[in-house]
Amino acid sequence: MSATETWGIGAPLKRKEDGPLLRGRGTYVDNLDLPGTVVMVVVRSPYAHATITSIDTVAAKAAEGVVAVFTGPDLRDDWKAAMPCAWPVTEDMKSPEHFPLAVSQVNYQGDGVAVVIADTRAHAVDAAELVDVEYEVLDAVVDVAAAAQDGGTLVHEELGTNVSYVWPLESGTFDEDADVIVKHTYVQPPLIPNAIEPRGVVARPEPGGEVTLWSATQVPHILRVLTAATLGMSEAKLRVIAPDVGGGFGSKCDVYAEELLAVAIARRLGTPVKWIEERSENALATIHGRDFVTTLELAATGDGKITSLRANVIASMGAYLQLVTPGIPLLGAWIYAGPYAIPNYSVMFTGVFTNTTPTDAYRGAGRPEATYVLERTMDLLAKELGMDRLELRRRNFITEFPATIASGLTIDSGDYHASLDRLLEHLGLEQLEAEQQARRDRGDVKQIGVGFSTYTEMCGLAPSRILGAIRYAAGGWETATIRCLPTGTFQVVTGTSPHGQGHETAWSQIVADQLGCDPSEVEVLHGDTSISPYGLDTYGSRSLPVGGAALWSAGEKIIEKAREIVAHQLEVSADDLEYEAGTFTVKGSPDKEMTVKGAAWAAFTAHNLPDGMEPNLEATATYDPPNFSWPGGAHAAVVEVDTGTGDARLIRYVAIDDVGTVVNPLIVDGQVHGGITQGIATALYEEALYDEDGNLANGTMAMYLVPSAAELPSYELDRTESKATDHPFGAKGVGETGTIAAAPAVINAVIDALSHLGVTDIQMPATPERVWRAIEEAQQ
Amino acid sequence: MYRVVLTVNGVHRELEVEPRDLLVHVLREHLSLTGTNVGCDTSSCGACTVLLDGQSVKSCTILGVQADGATIITIEGLAADGELHPVQQAFHDHHALQCGYCTPGMVMAAVSLIGNGEATDRAAIRAGLEGNLCRCTGYHNIVEAIAEVAGSTS
Repeated sequence: MSATETWGIGAPLKRKEDGPLLRGRGTYVDNLDLPGTVVMVVVRSPYAHATITSIDTVAAKAAEGVVAVFTGPDLRDDWKAAMPCAWPVTEDMKSPEHFPLAVSQVNYQGDGVAVVIADTRAHAVDAAELVDVEYEVLDAVVDVAAAAQDGGTLVHEELGTNVSYVWPLESGTFDEDADVIVKHTYVQPPLIPNAIEPRGVVARPEPGGEVTLWSATQVPHILRVLTAATLGMSEAKLRVIAPDVGGGFGSKCDVYAEELLAVAIARRLGTPVKWIEERSENALATIHGRDFVTTLELAATGDGKITSLRANVIASMGAYLQLVTPGIPLLGAWIYAGPYAIPNYSVMFTGVFTNTTPTDAYRGAGRPEATYVLERTMDLLAKELGMDRLELRRRNFITEFPATIASGLTIDSGDYHASLDRLLEHLGLEQLEAEQQARRDRGDVKQIGVGFSTYTEMCGLAPSRILGAIRYAAGGWETATIRCLPTGTFQVVTGTSPHGQGHETAWSQIVADQLGCDPSEVEVLHGDTSISPYGLDTYGSRSLPVGGAALWSAGEKIIEKAREIVAHQLEVSADDLEYEAGTFTVKGSPDKEMTVKGAAWAAFTAHNLPDGMEPNLEATATYDPPNFSWPGGAHAAVVEVDTGTGDARLIRYVAIDDVGTVVNPLIVDGQVHGGITQGIATALYEEALYDEDGNLANGTMAMYLVPSAAELPSYELDRTESKATDHPFGAKGVGETGTIAAAPAVINAVIDALSHLGVTDIQMPATPERVWRAIEEAQQ
Repeated sequence: MYRVVLTVNGVHRELEVEPRDLLVHVLREHLSLTGTNVGCDTSSCGACTVLLDGQSVKSCTILGVQADGATIITIEGLAADGELHPVQQAFHDHHALQCGYCTPGMVMAAVSLIGNGEATDRAAIRAGLEGNLCRCTGYHNIVEAIAEVAGSTS
């Protein structure tokens, strides 16, 4: 085994990040205690839709410890632009003006109306109770499908409609005369992301007019650009730091009111301002995910060849357009056909406003929604055809790559048969089916079912030109810098911003592999715009596919310059040098060698460099991906359903994923474990429940069922590997695969468990009540 | 204000606390022991779990004044002489943490579970962790880490 095999790309290196986190030395925002800090508490609307008739702040201002109270009108002139939406998906997309505090009308329960600034959190909370807001309550729009209808209540009267946009993508004509057509409508309810660390912000004004903003964010770079724009301040005067961040899952991929408020108020008061979100506040004021109603149709020949797909999606935007709210449905728009070759393809998205928390990216963002309806409908189609559900999938798998799919994108690589074959090797389907039959035969109250999901998805966001073509406001590149320090260590600066994904470890492995050092000799810096001025941060499973590729490109530049230095020093032609794992050797003279570290020292002393060469060995690369990243795989869920109570429990979960080259299998497995869990949670447990007035009925962790270890089994994972051909070392994204694949596998399993009772459909989450009712209705 | 005497991570502490201060606030704000995290406001997530007289408790469920006289160990006090506690080491070895926010509470709950002889097998470990939520790991590797320390075979 060569040295690099033990800790380079592919090695299960234990994480460098763990030590401080295990010892209680995390640097989460709430741990920051700056001298002179005042605490901000947001007064939020208890109503989902209301006009503000008056706000009386006199009593609050007089309360103990209170420094200031600001309302929406008080701060209106602080905003040089409305809160940003970076993805106007159509030219005529409708977007209401949205400010960090509501100025005259509140549009969801939790919409901010005032802030109280006090010396302590307790004083601020107490005084917030004294802010007296009078409201005139309006009818609320909650139901997504109803919101899209004409003639109902409008969330934003001034827009004249609840429809923000209609976005179609069409290729070919739906075969209305096909042998078989199946059509089904699916509800995917809103979800609360629930990162265990709530959001938090500290803004500190600096003596020269700069502001330092610490935020529990996934996107310090994007936050800097848009905070500066919203406040009309120089971007160069704003430094954003993402310290240790306690999970995100998309919910911290945004520009939030509290971030803007903290900066604005810190500038006004000249003192650090801190805001820490409470959990019940998080349920209201941090974005939700999903909330789609989708009708999917598949047309097929009698022998199971799918010829057409049509999807009609109504997606809730919530009350306002946050950073990329309208684009979330579009992130799935190209993959409604999943891993299947379907020639005629049409999808249409209608984005609608409702009086609910704004939606935005939640793990998978658009792709779980697409995969769920497809994989559910594949089972329905198999049933309609009288064909085995796996045979139907196999008959339609894309098998030749690169594959240009009907939606217009090109999948660079994949092998869906291989993943499914591997899945069946692990699953023991025959025994499971025998067990299922035995339980059916004896009328067991506990029935078992097996559900499948085969998938591909597009991640690794994203090629800048494509983003431009679909009207996203920024690019999708990433940057990395490698500095070869004179003493033989390496400093890496990355524009990615990890919050649990282990970039410090994985990036060290990439550098170690490429430049021939130990990972412990690599220091990875991230999450601070003063040390990484450019970057586009972490979301959409982009960090390794894009940021890792940028790092690799920087390494290639290092090797290129080092080669010139070594050739000069050894007095040979650069063409005569061979390079492997950090060491240059001279062809034919194996005793003559020099390392990258040696070249770094030579570049530092600069005593003997080629004419005209700049001293120091350092390189920056910016990588714009040529394509999206296309992981894929096959998952199976085994559930046990108590037909008496309706309780569905997952008893096994087998996942085969193809994520191309794996840098660190420990980290990859961890991503898959976590992703699967959020998909299972979607299928069985989680749903943000609104009543008809738009009150969030389960906005605490006591009411909203984030699953614990007790609800879940251990997982069975394996991988197949088809290397990404559009990536320098073959890697694909992995952060969202589990979430994308899991929910349909689980629901398909629940339905399979009950199919002999006549159950064909259960809405997510498959709560005991829903399962019990489905059984009762099927029996009637 | 009330006077409270605590032994925290082996150090004798005498503090003036407000009656409404939760133990987690006493630890974080009075003693600057910020390793103990707050993740919810309903005693659901377990991020704030510490050992109080040897047993795991959610430090948001008791008031500082109620803890008067108690011996408390937080995540900062678990690694003796700088060496990771076996549970911390197992979490590292098994990649049982990602963002790390639930980790201090999860580790303290695991120490208590193992100490009480309740980590007999993976099913028991899962049941015993019911009060600690993690959003990153899916619990798989946390269960593996605890099973290793507890010597669980199934």
